[in-house]
Amino acid sequence: MPEKQKPAEKRKAPEKPKVALYWCSSCGGCEESVVDLAENILTVIDAVDIVFWPVAMDFKKADVEAMPDGSIFASLINGAIRTSEQEEMARLLRKKSAVVIAYGACAHLGGIPALANQFERERILRYIYEEAPTVINTGGIRPMTTYKDNGHTATLPVFRHVVRTLDQVVDVDYYIPGCAPTPKLLLDALLALLRGERPPKGTVLAPDTALCEECPRKDSKPTDLHFTEFRRPHAAPIDPELCLLAQGFVCMGPATRGGCEARCIHGNMPCTGCFGPTSRVRDQGAKILSSLASNLDAQEDKDILKILEGIPDPVGTFYRYGLAGSLLRRALKPL
Amino acid sequence: MEHTNPTDAAPWRPRIVAFFCNWCTYTAADLAGVSRMKYAPNTRIIRVMCSGRVDPQFILEAFARGADGVLVGGCHPGDCHYVEGNYKMLRRYHLLQRILSDMGIEKERFRLEWISASEGDKVKSVINDMVEKLTGLGPLALPDQRAEWDREMDILEEKMSVAETAEKEGTHA
Amino acid sequence: MKENGEIRIGFYICHCGVNIASVIDVERIAAYAATLPGVVVSRHYKYMCSDPGQELLGSDIREHKLNRIVVAACSPLLHEHTFRKATENAGLNPYFMHMVNIREHGSWVHEDKELATGKAQDMIRAAIRRVRFHEPLEKKRVPVLQDVLVIGGGIAGIHASLTLANAGKHVILVEREPTIGGHMAQFDKTFPTLDCAACILTPKMTSVKDHPNITLWSYSEVVKIDGSVGNYTVTVKRKPRYVNEELCVGCMECIEACIYKEGKWPDEFNVGLSKRKPIYIPFPQAVPPVPVIDPEHCVHVKTGKCRDTCVAICGDRNAIDFTQKETLTDIKVGAIVVATGFDIFDATQIPYYGYGKYRNVYTALEAERLINASGPTGGELLLPDGHKPESIAIVHCVGSRDVHYNRWCSRVCCMYSLKLAHLIKERTGAEIYNFYIDMRAPGKSMEEFYNRVSEEGVHLIRGRVADITPQALPEGSDQGGYLGKLVVQAEDTLIGRVRKIPVDMVILAVGLVPQKDAEEVRRMLNISCSTGGFFLERHPKLAPVNTFTDGIFLAGACQGPKDIPDSVAQAGAAAAEALALIDAGSVEIEPNTAYIIEEDCSGCKSCIPLCPYTAISFDEAKKKAVINEALCKGCGTCVAACPSGSIRQHLFEDEEIFSEIDGLLTYA
Repeated sequence: MPEKQKPAEKRKAPEKPKVALYWCSSCGGCEESVVDLAENILTVIDAVDIVFWPVAMDFKKADVEAMPDGSIFASLINGAIRTSEQEEMARLLRKKSAVVIAYGACAHLGGIPALANQFERERILRYIYEEAPTVINTGGIRPMTTYKDNGHTATLPVFRHVVRTLDQVVDVDYYIPGCAPTPKLLLDALLALLRGERPPKGTVLAPDTALCEECPRKDSKPTDLHFTEFRRPHAAPIDPELCLLAQGFVCMGPATRGGCEARCIHGNMPCTGCFGPTSRVRDQGAKILSSLASNLDAQEDKDILKILEGIPDPVGTFYRYGLAGSLLRRALKPL
Repeated sequence: MEHTNPTDAAPWRPRIVAFFCNWCTYTAADLAGVSRMKYAPNTRIIRVMCSGRVDPQFILEAFARGADGVLVGGCHPGDCHYVEGNYKMLRRYHLLQRILSDMGIEKERFRLEWISASEGDKVKSVINDMVEKLTGLGPLALPDQRAEWDREMDILEEKMSVAETAEKEGTHA
Repeated sequence: MKENGEIRIGFYICHCGVNIASVIDVERIAAYAATLPGVVVSRHYKYMCSDPGQELLGSDIREHKLNRIVVAACSPLLHEHTFRKATENAGLNPYFMHMVNIREHGSWVHEDKELATGKAQDMIRAAIRRVRFHEPLEKKRVPVLQDVLVIGGGIAGIHASLTLANAGKHVILVEREPTIGGHMAQFDKTFPTLDCAACILTPKMTSVKDHPNITLWSYSEVVKIDGSVGNYTVTVKRKPRYVNEELCVGCMECIEACIYKEGKWPDEFNVGLSKRKPIYIPFPQAVPPVPVIDPEHCVHVKTGKCRDTCVAICGDRNAIDFTQKETLTDIKVGAIVVATGFDIFDATQIPYYGYGKYRNVYTALEAERLINASGPTGGELLLPDGHKPESIAIVHCVGSRDVHYNRWCSRVCCMYSLKLAHLIKERTGAEIYNFYIDMRAPGKSMEEFYNRVSEEGVHLIRGRVADITPQALPEGSDQGGYLGKLVVQAEDTLIGRVRKIPVDMVILAVGLVPQKDAEEVRRMLNISCSTGGFFLERHPKLAPVNTFTDGIFLAGACQGPKDIPDSVAQAGAAAAEALALIDAGSVEIEPNTAYIIEEDCSGCKSCIPLCPYTAISFDEAKKKAVINEALCKGCGTCVAACPSGSIRQHLFEDEEIFSEIDGLLTYA
């Protein structure tokens, strides 16, 4: 798809850089994180023009289509890509923007929505429209992608078979990780871009060391940790001072990029990995698996399996935010 | 795009990526060679110093790149040249096997075998057996699968490019 | 990780004569490799390991400014060193060379030429991708301690010790029995020359005792080995013999004086054919010539209440010392020669040969003792009933060359059976029947010996013995202590008839098997075993005394059945290898250590408990893990387990392995 990108800085000088924000398959938390800039949002508003932000402002797709290609300084797109509409909007924004930023865990690596990659599309639709306990749908009605009535045609987006990361659909320049990203990361990233800083393409705009580096419980982790059992946070009391792994809770911290200010740890919950892996790792789940399993305190198959029973859902645990961006991406014969 | 076979005409044969430890299994494979044992040519061996070096990422990468099976060979329990690297691999194996199973990859596709330096015949029998089982299972072909999944996006891409062309022609007219 | 600069790859595929080229289309692969990115030179050559082959590589490096080399040939375990050297000689860092094993893993194991060529093509593509990421590395050098440990004091251990000691090296010889000498000390005469075993062995044993460079620890066992080439720490358990070796003068009066007037317990040295006292010496020429007290049966040791006649007779020499305790001593050595020997096949495993059931069925080792002048019968071959045997069957291949027991040929049985036939015939004039499967007489003077014995009138019957049964005595006859004859049944395959030969005595030519604890010893040494359980040499032809663990060498029958000349030759070779290692003063270590990128490490400590060598520690000031490269052995376990990808390994970098995987699977 050849496109002429006009660099934003060559446009009329006095104009403020244009920024677009868009929401794909996500919970809305990423949008919320923008609002969480609090008074800092004023700094942002001072520096940029928000030209598209459907959740907060009344712009239409046609408005974006009318913009010259490459005229948007940066588009921050959050959410995974599951529908044809999201695909279309991602492509449109890519075309219109100098910089595309995958904003938040879902756009970055698939996020929670990508856990659906374990299941067949039909199973999801059947559950949502027929089987869920709260559903009464005796006619078995399913959404249709087109509907004609009274000479008018209504279209609905197509629900794809696969949940994708943003970069599996369009070219992405940068990533801001997290579920949701911290306001600080957003502000730092935006201000840096505005200053004209351009890290290498593909950079994740967050620290590149694992969370343990900034973990308040770092010192309480022993140097001879072995796992004799795994416990789950809902099923056992959590010591608020001690390293969670030392307590036998699966904490993704060692395999997860820091920069989140250890928010979950401060909330006395183990890290679940939303910042994704460091730049040196291709598959976050494989790495935490390797680290945890290597340190199991068992030699025999049955003892190993016994300890591993403490991790009833390894895919959901190790790939909670990263399944779409993982090496396997999607289950082969989905349930 | 990557293909799973060099030519479409060639019959499909399972491809196995094997990670063999330097001290036991790699040496056993050398012994199989010196002994002129004949086995199926489907395995490509990558030498590592210890089965403990086998990062689960390597196994997933191999599958993602089109391997139909992955074989890890290490020293027998208690025999590891590095004391217990093989146990570390064994523990990873069990957990990874569960992930693979949840992701729809049959357990026969990922195998961990203890093969000592003297067991050239075991290299032969394990590889032959694995090839037979994988032949029964058929191709995994993740790169092809992935291309197949992504085909659902082609329609939109086509539509958008048609619209774009029409728009450009409209401007020119 | 980035590729380093402009990549100029030289690719070489070796024909290995016809070893590779007859199966793999080397020309096609060379042409294919030439099309791959970065490949500047691509050649096939008859023998890459030859001098012209290496020179070809060298001149290309110079002429074409190559900075990466891929050699597709045999196993890197065989020739990696050669090609690294050639690379280095041409001015390029040797670690820019990578080998692809298309012989042992290719042409030798596959028959379909097309598929074997396809496989080789995948492998070289992987290597060509991999070398892009290679980095220049420096070999580490570690000093080598000058002492050598020899485990086992049989003829192999003795010879290795003497060779090393004569070269000026300090040897610690550890023997688990109270004396050195091993099996050879139990033999009467040795084939094919028929020289007396004691006559040629005991002077060597004495030399060991007297040698200023040899520390002999008999009645001791190696229990633990730590460290690696050049620097092993060995823990030796020294069992109490209750006789002080320093003070004892070897007069043996204590044995005479023991409260037990007669021997009461089976004598190990005479394989149970005679009895010994609780204080005993295995045989008169034992080294050290010091008695040993068996704590199981010595009244003093057991009860503390004894008249202590031994102590009394020893008098002010005070050599008897009941206060001795088992001790553990650590020694530090640079190299280890393993000469732990063999065991004999347990003939009771074959019920139809009647060993352990019929009293006149003996093993060859028992026969050796019976005909030995210093043996239990003073060299007179007598049956348990006191009769002189008039006919004797010697059954070859007992426990050898037999799918039910051991598949291997024990190599020495044919010849020692002929030797026994000769010696017994000479001394008793009995009729001797040797039952053999094949007569194996390779080696110098062996066939001549066979001819000699066969001309002496020994009956050689080609046939495997089917069973051995007692001959029925005529009804009513009084046995009167007479054992009766045994009928040996075999099919004589030369005349095609079953023969049943009644004999007075049967000698089973039992094969050689690994020592009972070979498995534990192997684990302790971190070496491998062959299928049968004998220790595995690094290469059957090119490194027959080396093991896969550097600094550990094999001598004698622990590596496989062999006769005395071969054991001695191998012991000499093992000594020479050990000498070459320690004399160099230092040894090069593969630079495949793991290392941590400090700024990447989060200090999660996951890696620390994984290292078996405690090479990883936690820097409390920096809050990061640190690897001590001197302790790291390069297994890479921590690298694979580092959850943030912050530990890397030279020669086995993630990117190198990923590029190999991708190269194998991608058809470019």
